[in-house]
Amino acid sequence: MKTPKFLLPVAAAGVLALTLSACGGGGGGTTAGADAEQGLDGRGPITYVQGKDNNNVVRPVIEKWNAAHPNEKVTFKEQTDQADQQHDDLVQNFQAKNANYDVVSVDVVWTAEFAAKGWLQPLKDKMALDTSAMLKPTVDAASYKGTLYAVPKDSDGGMLYYRKDLVPTPPKTWDEMMSMCSIAKENNIGCFAGQYSKYEGLTVNTAEAINSTGGSVLDADGKPNLNTPEAKAGLGNLVTAYANGNIPKEGITFQEEQGRQAFQDGKLLFHRNWPYMYSLATTEGSSKVKDVLGLAALPGIDGPGASTLGGHSVGVSVYSKNKATAVDFLKFITTEETQRFYATQGSLAPVLSALYDDQELVAKLPYLPVLKTSIENAVPRPVTPFYPAVTKAIQENAYAAIKGEKTVDAALSDMQKSIESASAGQ
Amino acid sequence: MATELGPTPVKEPASGGTPIHHGPKGVGEDNAIASQGKWAAWLLAPTIVALAIVIVYPIISAIVMSFQKDAGLDPVTGLFTEGGPAGLSNYTNWIFQQCAAPGGGTVACPPGTLGSQFWSATGTTFYFTIVTVTLETILGFWMAIIMARTFRGRSLVRAAVLVPWAIPTAVTAQLWLFIFAFEGIGNKLFNTTILWTGSENPARWAVIIADTWKTTPFMALLILAGLQMIPADVYEAAKVDGASAWQRFRMITLPLVKPALMVAILFRTLDALRMFDLPYILTEGSNNTTTLSILVVNQLRQGFNSAAALSTITFIIIFIVAFIFVRFLGANVVEQQTGAGKGKK
Repeated sequence: MKTPKFLLPVAAAGVLALTLSACGGGGGGTTAGADAEQGLDGRGPITYVQGKDNNNVVRPVIEKWNAAHPNEKVTFKEQTDQADQQHDDLVQNFQAKNANYDVVSVDVVWTAEFAAKGWLQPLKDKMALDTSAMLKPTVDAASYKGTLYAVPKDSDGGMLYYRKDLVPTPPKTWDEMMSMCSIAKENNIGCFAGQYSKYEGLTVNTAEAINSTGGSVLDADGKPNLNTPEAKAGLGNLVTAYANGNIPKEGITFQEEQGRQAFQDGKLLFHRNWPYMYSLATTEGSSKVKDVLGLAALPGIDGPGASTLGGHSVGVSVYSKNKATAVDFLKFITTEETQRFYATQGSLAPVLSALYDDQELVAKLPYLPVLKTSIENAVPRPVTPFYPAVTKAIQENAYAAIKGEKTVDAALSDMQKSIESASAGQ
Repeated sequence: MATELGPTPVKEPASGGTPIHHGPKGVGEDNAIASQGKWAAWLLAPTIVALAIVIVYPIISAIVMSFQKDAGLDPVTGLFTEGGPAGLSNYTNWIFQQCAAPGGGTVACPPGTLGSQFWSATGTTFYFTIVTVTLETILGFWMAIIMARTFRGRSLVRAAVLVPWAIPTAVTAQLWLFIFAFEGIGNKLFNTTILWTGSENPARWAVIIADTWKTTPFMALLILAGLQMIPADVYEAAKVDGASAWQRFRMITLPLVKPALMVAILFRTLDALRMFDLPYILTEGSNNTTTLSILVVNQLRQGFNSAAALSTITFIIIFIVAFIFVRFLGANVVEQQTGAGKGKK
């Protein structure tokens, strides 16, 4: 008992538990459920799963639905506000074939993965929905291999925030914006910044740069397509701007909030960010740019650049038993009335094209016309079931390129090879 | 304090209780002991079942998974299909940094894949472990010696020292993230413009500073517990013999506190080898701060089976380190307890 040997099994068990416990939920694997056809006509109570409802828009919508459908009540299962955790929670419940996760909110970048795993019910035939009134890029982002797997719920796109007091007319192209950087120098502030810290935001910004010069990360077949002059020009724009100081050196540490802070403190001439920043920059007491905040579409080669699409779609789990109710609820979420409520109450960008020209809404959310241009020109982030690997490949190599540790050519070719390897499976 | 130091004294009566069986006993006591043993088995059963469910099952499940291929995509249907048995390939792919090649077979992992980061992550993990544990041991020892003295407000100091340890790591990381921001207080205070989370050495030191700040108190308290078990008369005798302060420290304090110190270092080392939250929140693993645990979590999102293999490799690495400590460096919880028991009596 009192020999060192006694410790070994204990240490072994303890250490193994610590390192492996995270993987306990694995197992299962993936089967395109043959019993998935079940429940297409099923009606009854369902559960709606979504991340944290920060602006209290989900509960009122559900209450309204429940009042009208006493026999098909919707229960709200609220997840955390961390996208990664929401993703992992959905994966676990899909793997467990949980029939209680009927309707789920999916980030635009998860759609392909969930569809390819066979977890989302294709929205066709009996489950078909009309998406003609919706912005096309949002519908594309919710589709996989030409089939709709989820219906767009809210959208998001990047916009260019600028200082009206220093720049009378906003730049239309990237080169024009770079030429205006002398204004920033005269005023002793940084010129332009997006999000270049090594995280999901860097994928967004890199994809925007590449798409804006006419390149694309993946081609129509989902194969990487990065060894192109267009992609080189796109990533090259960011690399050159960082090297010559047009993007300030602290930009490499920026996520959304750090960039917003810098812009609000008056330290940036141009800033790429999401619409959420608008109300904060115009109302926060500490904001020094309240009255001089300008908004424009992202700059491209000869016109608006290609924003990366954000937002969420709503899909139906193949394991749901009440799919008929679920699809009705999907329709309910995308009615003009609900979409208007999402926009006014939650500042969520609508997916219905008509609402962007709605006078009443524009009065409330003045950025809508700019955002419409942004989303109409938006390109979904690479639609691929290997998204987690693709985004890592982009981040890793774009980060090295921007910091000057790698040439643009080497970074793009490594990106290409990494994505090829990830898609080759194991 | 109670939770961290608790196990050491609590285990003592448990292990001290067993010798009763070996003690001298009368013939009539045999039956009583046999039924006692049955009772004991019944009373222990729930714990063993619970341990089997929460520890044994996940471990075996993970090991089984690690010999399965990750799901691959069927190019025709666009749906994922089961990968089938993988043999040892998940393991060899990590160790030799091999990734799947587009046409089948494997190639050296291109930069940007997780597979290309195995050895750098291993190196980073050990770098963090060695630097943080060394710093924490030195600072912790120093703090323990101060706290062992009698002075006004000693209990206040002891309680205050615990504050960093009491804050959850995720919160610590978030606080340090603010401090290390470009416009943060770190740069303001020293009038520097260091990109703490944006360049390699500062990023690594940001993690080391935050980790040392957080866990030195743990070290200090474990060492303090060891220091307090050294009887004062030993020092007095040494003083009478004319030993200098340095000699007293080297010849008395160090050898006598060694068992406690080794256990403290062992705990901290095992903890540091699985470091995750601090670098994950501070730097997201950029600038060579990706530890093995971060790599496992990233891989988890790309394929469970390969992640299971990686976590098994991580386990083996940590196990080897623990083994070396216990076997060769004399970090021995049990003997240390016996010593402690004798000291008290």
